[in-house]
Amino acid sequence: MEIKILGPGCARCEKTAKLVQEVVAETGVDARVEKVTDMMQIAACGVVATPAVLVDGDLKSTGKIPKKDEIAGWLT
Amino acid sequence: MLKSMDETACTCPTPEAGGQEIHSNPSMWMLALAAPLGIALWWLVYSHLADFSRLLTYQLMPLTPGSRLGAALEFFFYDTPKVMMLLVLVVFGVGVIRSYFSPERTRALLAGRSLLVGNVLAALLGIVTPFCSCSAVPLFIGFVTAGVPLGVTFSFLIAAPMVNEIALGLLYGLVGWQVAALYATTGLVLAVTAGWIIGRLKLERFIEDWVQQMTTVGQGSVEARMRLWDRLVYGKDAVVEIIGRVWKYILLGIAIGAGIHGFVPEGFMASVMGQGDWWAVPLAVILGVPMYSNAAGIIPVVEALLGKGAALGSTLAFMMSVIALSLPEMIILRKVLKPQLIGVFIVVVATGILFVGYLFNAVMG
Repeated sequence: MEIKILGPGCARCEKTAKLVQEVVAETGVDARVEKVTDMMQIAACGVVATPAVLVDGDLKSTGKIPKKDEIAGWLT
Repeated sequence: MLKSMDETACTCPTPEAGGQEIHSNPSMWMLALAAPLGIALWWLVYSHLADFSRLLTYQLMPLTPGSRLGAALEFFFYDTPKVMMLLVLVVFGVGVIRSYFSPERTRALLAGRSLLVGNVLAALLGIVTPFCSCSAVPLFIGFVTAGVPLGVTFSFLIAAPMVNEIALGLLYGLVGWQVAALYATTGLVLAVTAGWIIGRLKLERFIEDWVQQMTTVGQGSVEARMRLWDRLVYGKDAVVEIIGRVWKYILLGIAIGAGIHGFVPEGFMASVMGQGDWWAVPLAVILGVPMYSNAAGIIPVVEALLGKGAALGSTLAFMMSVIALSLPEMIILRKVLKPQLIGVFIVVVATGILFVGYLFNAVMG
């Protein structure tokens, strides 16, 4: 499983990344978590509002910090 | 108040929204009862803040009324709970309104619009769409590639940070509804006009090339349908998140305002930021450029300045300049815009702000 967190590095994007990493650690799912801060790449994903989360290429969340149970739902 | 981009840029109104049906739905009766009770309580506390602050400063502390320190502290004790309470109400209310909007939906509404209609719509949507300055670049790209005209996108980008609910709420509470309405109206007119001018100038060639080559259009958002309860939670989350982030800057702003209130002589501001001298307005605009403050922090300062005799036009110009002509945001936009376009943007917006400043100095006296 590949999880990408898109965001230019502001507080909300960092928080999202941290939450995702926590949930991955807690559920023990085998996932690679990557933070994408490059604007060109973010725009290429068609994202208009950061922070955004992609799981295996699927856009799961945009423009907000997702809640932990929401994140857990994507990992199953 | 020079601050780094990470800390202040994201005065982001979108909180941690629960997407799907995560919360159980408490009865509507509980809501109907709690709401008026909450508002009544809020009002009770709010209307007694002046007495409370005087009590605190002069009874509980050995200070004489009329002293400078006393005046400063009284201002601080009065303003801090006042601002906080106002903010909670405003952020919550606007948070609920914003739960109905999203950048993706706004983009869909604006794509392919004709120039003037688009500008007006964009400026209006800028107020209610949750927008984070850290997503300015992806938003710009997303809008432009989806067919939103350049000028229309700019109207949105100018209105969104400037006509911000925090600014309006605080202005209303601290200075008065007239100034708040004035600020909102001129902000919108400025956004529409500047965006329209930029659109007419046909500056599309000054968008960075790599943006023009981008063909992906957004996949759209992953909004879940929200019920009323979810929207209220959204509002509550907005309060927690935004106030959690800006409270330090608010306190700083109030402290500065308190200092001005207590220690700067009456009428002093009139000589510095008064309407008499022609250079007062341009000075106010220039002073605002290197400063980046979120709206929350700057308004207590504005309140104090006005109280000391600063002219309304100069003060409005200063405030708009701090918010709209922010150096950190320009630096970020440099990634997608060539310098000429940024230059035009600065000139158009600065001219607009200057005009607002002169107009209100002349009219309000």
